[in-house]
Amino acid sequence: MSEASHSLPAMIEASHGTGGKMTHDLVERVFVPAFRNPRLEELGDQAVFEVPGGRLALTTDGYVVKPVRFPGGSIGDLAVNGTVNDLLMGGATPLYLSAAFILAEGLHVRLLQELVQDMAAAARRAGVEIVTGDTKVVDGRPDDAMFITTTGVGLVPPGIDWSPRRIRRGDRILLSGTAGDHGASVMAARFGIELETDIPSDTCALRDAVLRVRDIPGIRCMRDPTRGGVATTLAELSEQSGLSLTAEEIAIPMREDVRALCDVLGLDPLYVANEGKLIAVVAPETADEVLRGLQAVPETSGAAIIGEVTDDRPGYAGLRTALGALRPLDLLPVEQLPRIC
Amino acid sequence: MCLAVPGKVLEVGEDLIASVDIGGVRRRVSLDLVPEVVAGDYVLVHVGFALQRIDEAEAVRTTRLLAEMFAQDDVPPPGGPSTP
Amino acid sequence: MKFVDEYRDPAQAQRLLAAIRRRSAGPMRIMEICGGHTHAIYKSGLDQLLPEGITFLHGPGCPVCVTPALRIDQAIALAEGPGRIVATYGDMLRVPGARGSLRQAQARGADVRIVYSSLDAVDLAARFKDREVVFFGVGFETTAPANGMSILRAARLGLENFSVLGNHVLVPPVLRFLLDAPGTEIDAFIGPGHVGTVVGSQDYAFLPRDYGRPVVIAGFEPNDLLEAVLMLVRQQAEGRCALEVQYRRAVREEGSPVAREVMRQVFEVVDQEWRGIGRIPASGLGIRQEYAAYDALRRYAGELPEESPADVGEYVCGAVVQGAKSPLSCPAFGVGCTPEHPFGPGMVSSEGACAALYHYRRTSPGKEAQP
Repeated sequence: MSEASHSLPAMIEASHGTGGKMTHDLVERVFVPAFRNPRLEELGDQAVFEVPGGRLALTTDGYVVKPVRFPGGSIGDLAVNGTVNDLLMGGATPLYLSAAFILAEGLHVRLLQELVQDMAAAARRAGVEIVTGDTKVVDGRPDDAMFITTTGVGLVPPGIDWSPRRIRRGDRILLSGTAGDHGASVMAARFGIELETDIPSDTCALRDAVLRVRDIPGIRCMRDPTRGGVATTLAELSEQSGLSLTAEEIAIPMREDVRALCDVLGLDPLYVANEGKLIAVVAPETADEVLRGLQAVPETSGAAIIGEVTDDRPGYAGLRTALGALRPLDLLPVEQLPRIC
Repeated sequence: MCLAVPGKVLEVGEDLIASVDIGGVRRRVSLDLVPEVVAGDYVLVHVGFALQRIDEAEAVRTTRLLAEMFAQDDVPPPGGPSTP
Repeated sequence: MKFVDEYRDPAQAQRLLAAIRRRSAGPMRIMEICGGHTHAIYKSGLDQLLPEGITFLHGPGCPVCVTPALRIDQAIALAEGPGRIVATYGDMLRVPGARGSLRQAQARGADVRIVYSSLDAVDLAARFKDREVVFFGVGFETTAPANGMSILRAARLGLENFSVLGNHVLVPPVLRFLLDAPGTEIDAFIGPGHVGTVVGSQDYAFLPRDYGRPVVIAGFEPNDLLEAVLMLVRQQAEGRCALEVQYRRAVREEGSPVAREVMRQVFEVVDQEWRGIGRIPASGLGIRQEYAAYDALRRYAGELPEESPADVGEYVCGAVVQGAKSPLSCPAFGVGCTPEHPFGPGMVSSEGACAALYHYRRTSPGKEAQP
């Protein structure tokens, strides 16, 4: 127990990363109360848990988004939802997360607390526990705040084997909702562009949606389109399956204000990031059933069938435009930047 | 040189800076180049400037001229016999 | 979105295509001048749906593509000066000069910032009085008034730490240059819609009058372009050769008088280097002497390079930019020069003919795209 209650310092200092008293203080007063679970509270170097026999899924991701808070969420939300979704995309039930924090010296502790609270709330909604973690402190530049790496583990039930290898010609492509929301909401605040929008990031965990449809036969694979947008995921799946995922432009759900923002900045919304959407490739016989299942869950109520798998241009994705022409959807070599021309 | 989008002027503030709504996205836009624009007008927005007022009457006129062209060239209306 | 959705309506597009097919009387090589039109054509795929004889040549209306490498080198030199901020449109960030791009200079520590508007650069200067802010502004007549306005606003605010490194070019002179060259095979033009908004339609009357080529000034949505093609096809069928305006909702005959006045006040016509083409007389805009304090070329003359090794020998880039050659004829296309490692602006700019063709060709193996 600490002596007379001293308050937390206002800002993160180098000593918070040394593993000494200040680190322990920070962990016990910021991270543990937020994440609160018995394994974490043991504060061992590792968390130990039983797994029933079967296959484990393991995934990891680093989160470096700037600004750390944006309409609809924060880096805390992304760090949980992104990793949970990566597990779900393999058909795994998400179980536990670890979280490694790299904090910039000078970060306001109050901001850290808010972001950690965001993570805790996201974890509760996603049905996972954050059971172990680490904290380091680095010299920071003024607009750096924190980087988070989360690693997640989940359990894949027998009989689930989702992979691009399983995609077949004639399969349907499903998208769980509007494209480009997250990237649009962040872009409006980046580069000092100062566009006012009501576009919220779509960050969310897709647990309910995936678990609801997981047992429907005919699901070949799922993938969540994050950075690089829907087009990049279609291009990747085409490359990895050796087939052509072809989307219909008019079938892709999109918010009007996202489209408008992309028009203003000269961005292609199909290449703009998402954080709470999934693409599912499903055999034609069960595509409608999977669609209805997704539509019954709030996070994926806007799901639609956006296209079909062909073998016209093996390895390359395509878009049938509103005019009826077919244009390639290639991997973008570089990040999209706003343009005027 | 080319990216300009239509937006609706919501209000004109000080120093010829207006608030413009473009499909649900809003930004401050300079009216320096079209100072006669008023709230309610539609303008073409390019790099944070209104370049020109969009002339609704002309837009309507173009639609009519096009319809006449279709009639002259005997082009079926949408939903008619499908084109290959 | 009003004034947008109507011009994207697929049913209307089908009618326009049907009308074009009915009236098309023979082959027509159409040059679309503006990079934004090139982009719109590829994005909608409308070139695939036109009758086979109607082909597009991509013209030089890409201000990014025609900015000499020297300007990039100069922008980098300025950015590397102590306490400087170079603000620019996103398009310019990855264009290669002799010493790489502004993005690479940024990675090395130079303070380079993207702005959406030239006025944001003025705001930076007002906010950071102890820094020297240079706005690297490029453009055709569409953007020149906006860029020029930044100088007028800075002058009104009495800012002493703001200047413009400009590269402003004019459309009519480069078109004359193209058409005066022997062997140019262009039958008709789609005129630049947003340039037309500023300068007015009469700037393009010389095309039918002096060169016997019809021109239709078009908007940027797919149906605008299809309508413009229909108008050209009808002219061809009826034996007419005229200037017409499709983009009537935005282009007046006299353009925008205030914008033209700003251009006249801040700039004067000068000879201009075009990347990959060379010097074209009276084809650019320089900042007038009375605004010399805001002209980065004069203000920082002592520290700026005066020529660039990257401006020599890019003959194929130039020919492509002029629409005279296909990127397919360039030995570096897709080999040394790719969007990941662009040799010249045609590959960096998303609307450049090279980048567009590269993506199309790469993903349609065995289907040679029309040059």
